Amino acid sequence: MSLELFGTWLAALLTLCIFSFLYKDNPFYKFAEHLFVGVSAGYWLCYNYWNMVKPNLIDNLEAHNWEYLLPLILSAFMLMRLIPKVGWLSRWAIAFMIGSGAGLMIITYLQSNFLEQIKSTLVSLDPTGLPWYVVLNSFLIFVGVVSGLVYFFFSKAHTGVTGGVARVGVVFLMVCFGASFGYTVMARISLLIGRMYFLLHDWLGLV
Amino acid sequence: MAPEAKSGIVDRLRNIDRRIIFIFVAASVVIPLMFPLGLPLKSSPPSRALFQEIESLQRGSVVLMAFDYDPATEVELGPMSLAILKHCFRKGHKVVGLALWPQGAGLARATFSEAGSDYNVKYGVDYVNLGFKAGGLVVIDSLGKSFHESFPKDVDGTPLEDLPLMKNINTYADIDFVMSMSAGDPGLPFWIMMAQGRYGKKVGGGCTAVSAPMLYPYYPNQLVGLLGGMKGAAEYELLVGEKGAATKGMDAQSIAHALIVLFVIIGNIFYFVGKRRAKRGGGVI
Repeated sequence: MSLELFGTWLAALLTLCIFSFLYKDNPFYKFAEHLFVGVSAGYWLCYNYWNMVKPNLIDNLEAHNWEYLLPLILSAFMLMRLIPKVGWLSRWAIAFMIGSGAGLMIITYLQSNFLEQIKSTLVSLDPTGLPWYVVLNSFLIFVGVVSGLVYFFFSKAHTGVTGGVARVGVVFLMVCFGASFGYTVMARISLLIGRMYFLLHDWLGLV
Repeated sequence: MAPEAKSGIVDRLRNIDRRIIFIFVAASVVIPLMFPLGLPLKSSPPSRALFQEIESLQRGSVVLMAFDYDPATEVELGPMSLAILKHCFRKGHKVVGLALWPQGAGLARATFSEAGSDYNVKYGVDYVNLGFKAGGLVVIDSLGKSFHESFPKDVDGTPLEDLPLMKNINTYADIDFVMSMSAGDPGLPFWIMMAQGRYGKKVGGGCTAVSAPMLYPYYPNQLVGLLGGMKGAAEYELLVGEKGAATKGMDAQSIAHALIVLFVIIGNIFYFVGKRRAKRGGGVI
């Protein structure tokens, strides 16, 4: 039996073991689950060492780039959480990560996800020379954004006109949640199709 | 029919064993895979926009393609990566591949190999695979300063200076179009933030269906085009004229969706019937 064929059979049997949970919890499922957890832990440990720790830290230290001692020290500080007496040292490493992460993210995040998104909602409602569906789309964006914002405006009681607009906002939010749910269903069915196609095509050769 | 009998059916259907639903869902996937129906498929504007962008690039343009996914989402992102690569090779574009996800580098290698087998393309000249680099957003930012410093070697350990394609590529200024096949974080949102937001490059790509609703608001101002999930992949296969794995799965996808919609409707009918009975004092919800 070739290695590839062995791999296909192993993958197929493990897939069936996982699917067997749909009937009820059983030893086959437990075996596949534990195997997955164990193999994943081993795989990621090796992968992280050879692809992250070694090229980014060990190789640089071996090349006498002594500034890389700083991340080494901060990494050691992170592990200090395991020793309660000096556990506070880990906060320095966390503070460094949060500080550098925030510094890198804040401006670009604001630019892309706040300012540019506001710009995208500033649509023209002038129907001159535009197809009706473009005008309708712009109108829906305008109504959806305004009513959605009113729903999240808590400094005024949601009664009267404010309440009415907020209710329209709820409708838009529900449509948004529905679309998200639909796409989530699509993603999960896609994964099922992938596994079924593997079983029917690669394993059984039926399709 | 007697009210007791009616009540029995309603109660039984409302408390149906979930395994029966699993069997229906499995059948709705397996049967169309074995006996394809060829249900019609239309391309959507975001898919067409991505196709048009690649179509309109001049021959020899350089496309940066990030394989930001792993085997768990290969079923959705693999087919679209393959279709896009085939399109790029057909149009004579050069492709620089890289991965912000560890396993993306291996998947990129397999996809390049499969797409390249149909075209006369050569590694190092027409395409390169720079491999994986940890860091996400930081890596995307560093590419704006120097590709050669961020990725001194390709996925096989070959120095970038030895790859003819990479001799004239060092920053985003040397790239014509940026794409990310994105399964999550790091992925397309980071490419939009950095490559588009900071460096002003045109960005497009594909994503899993789960993340599609979050990414569609970026289209068309910040994203040139977007392929959402298996449907997006099938649409691109349709546009490229290469029926692949995504097109084969679309019948099953459509039937399964129709079944789920049917279950939702039936579930709601029985919910409201039960509620009405409870109001009349005829039962408990």
